[in-house]
Amino acid sequence: MSGLAEARPESSASARPALEIAGLWKSFGQLTVLRGVDLTVAEHEVVCLIGSSGCGKSTLLRCVNLLEPIDAGRILVEGEEITAPGVDVNRMRRRIGIVFQSFNLFPHMSVLRNVTLAPQKATGKSRARAEADATELLERFGLADKRNEYPDRLSGGQQQRVAIVRALAMAPDLLLLDEITSALDPELVAEVLNAIRELARGGMTMVIATHEMGFARDVASRVCFLDGGVILEQGAPADMFSHPREARTQQFLERIIAAGRL
Amino acid sequence: MSGFFGLPSGPRDSGELLRLESGGPPRSHRRIDRAAVKSTSIALVSSVVFFGLLAVVVVNAPNWPAVQNYFFNSEIFDYSLPKVIDAFWVNVRLFLIAEVLILALALLLAVLRSLPGPVFFPLRLLATIYADVFRAIPGLLIIVLLGFGIPGLGIAGVPTDPFLYAVVALTLVYSAYVSEVYRAGIESIHPSQEAAARSLGLSRIQALRYVILPQAVRRVIPPLLNDFIGLQKDTILVSYIGVVEAFRESSIIESARFNSTPYVALALVFLVITIPLARFTDWLVARDRRRFLANAR
Repeated sequence: MSGLAEARPESSASARPALEIAGLWKSFGQLTVLRGVDLTVAEHEVVCLIGSSGCGKSTLLRCVNLLEPIDAGRILVEGEEITAPGVDVNRMRRRIGIVFQSFNLFPHMSVLRNVTLAPQKATGKSRARAEADATELLERFGLADKRNEYPDRLSGGQQQRVAIVRALAMAPDLLLLDEITSALDPELVAEVLNAIRELARGGMTMVIATHEMGFARDVASRVCFLDGGVILEQGAPADMFSHPREARTQQFLERIIAAGRL
Repeated sequence: MSGFFGLPSGPRDSGELLRLESGGPPRSHRRIDRAAVKSTSIALVSSVVFFGLLAVVVVNAPNWPAVQNYFFNSEIFDYSLPKVIDAFWVNVRLFLIAEVLILALALLLAVLRSLPGPVFFPLRLLATIYADVFRAIPGLLIIVLLGFGIPGLGIAGVPTDPFLYAVVALTLVYSAYVSEVYRAGIESIHPSQEAAARSLGLSRIQALRYVILPQAVRRVIPPLLNDFIGLQKDTILVSYIGVVEAFRESSIIESARFNSTPYVALALVFLVITIPLARFTDWLVARDRRRFLANAR
């Protein structure tokens, strides 16, 4: 994936990074999860966050989406500080899509309504417009025939693809994916990962927390290893997976390889 | 699985259940039918024996003729039933008006109590005090205090119609209970649903309105119906402040004829109205449970 190298010249107008995280601290009571995370993501870049369970990948993504209040640090999206006091969090969240591990579709709404709710209510799109846009997106992700189904009638993979479409319907500048295949049966993982590959090809800026190392190697422009509350090491996937510098990274990757996940 | 009145509606149901669970072919129909007939006839025979014995004991009690005349006088029954039914329409009207108001006020209270953050503390506090106060004081006392107290102030322009105070009192009392039911429903919706809604840029109010409440309300319909069965019966309490409804009408006849049969007539009216609602509620609960089990596969 050469997204970074190729995409940059096209978007030279915006020199600002899509996402900039500086000195982010976050704790839950006594437990400090993030200890000063710094991360910059360029436009069209796909960054994969890897690390053992509980290392703070999900927390980091939830902080970026302002679902968790942060203790210290700054987060900027397209140069605008979203963690500044008095900022309109609803407006900021519209620019940042997130897809969760457990799909979190609205079970009382049809697929179409799941996708059109926020464009209609949060951005004031007309119903006809929102439905037309949603239908187009659903078609793109092979879900056109499911538009009137309810979530409990769909497979996990279909539900997760609907969740992706729902996030995309807000036309976000940045998409956060929080271990989106971890709750899926193995045979359903591929369809969801393919949807993400397709998004990456389209130039979507993404930060992906994942345990799928093969996928990370495939799709990422950069891989970040999160350990001890900081990004311990980062680099191009080829370098990270074959020549990790840090001992902790080596240990982590050895365990992954032993588990047959790489 | 139980059928009407908890009688075993039999292995026909459990056969269907088995088929659902195993996904296998239906079991032999003849064997199932024979088992159903057997269990139904046992239930029937034991019921006849039990209630027959009970009737024999009651009818042979030393004072049965007097009691029979005092509570089950057919002449007075025929005389009072149409009057009681007529007056019962006041209860129905009271119930329907109060129910609509309760649903709205209780929802407001529940939403107020669910508002997060320190800014809304005063609203949460008020809603909490409301729920505590009106659940603590017996409904009859609220009815009497309002129904006699407020008109008793003698302020010009304050209405004196006891029906109005009956509606207000029942609404106040039942809103406290129903708001707790709503609140339990709201809290039963997993926080990930709100997170998903907020992450899309919906405001807190929008998330509540479009995502949380529709799911919460659906979940609490059976317990809400339970509360409304209670409300239906409690409408007779307003007779204390002079609303001429079914209980008041019965007691007027009772005092005139020195006979309690009108109360039995009224009890029958309540049975006819309330049992279907109770059955419907149980059916809804059972259906939700089946759906839950089906989804939890």
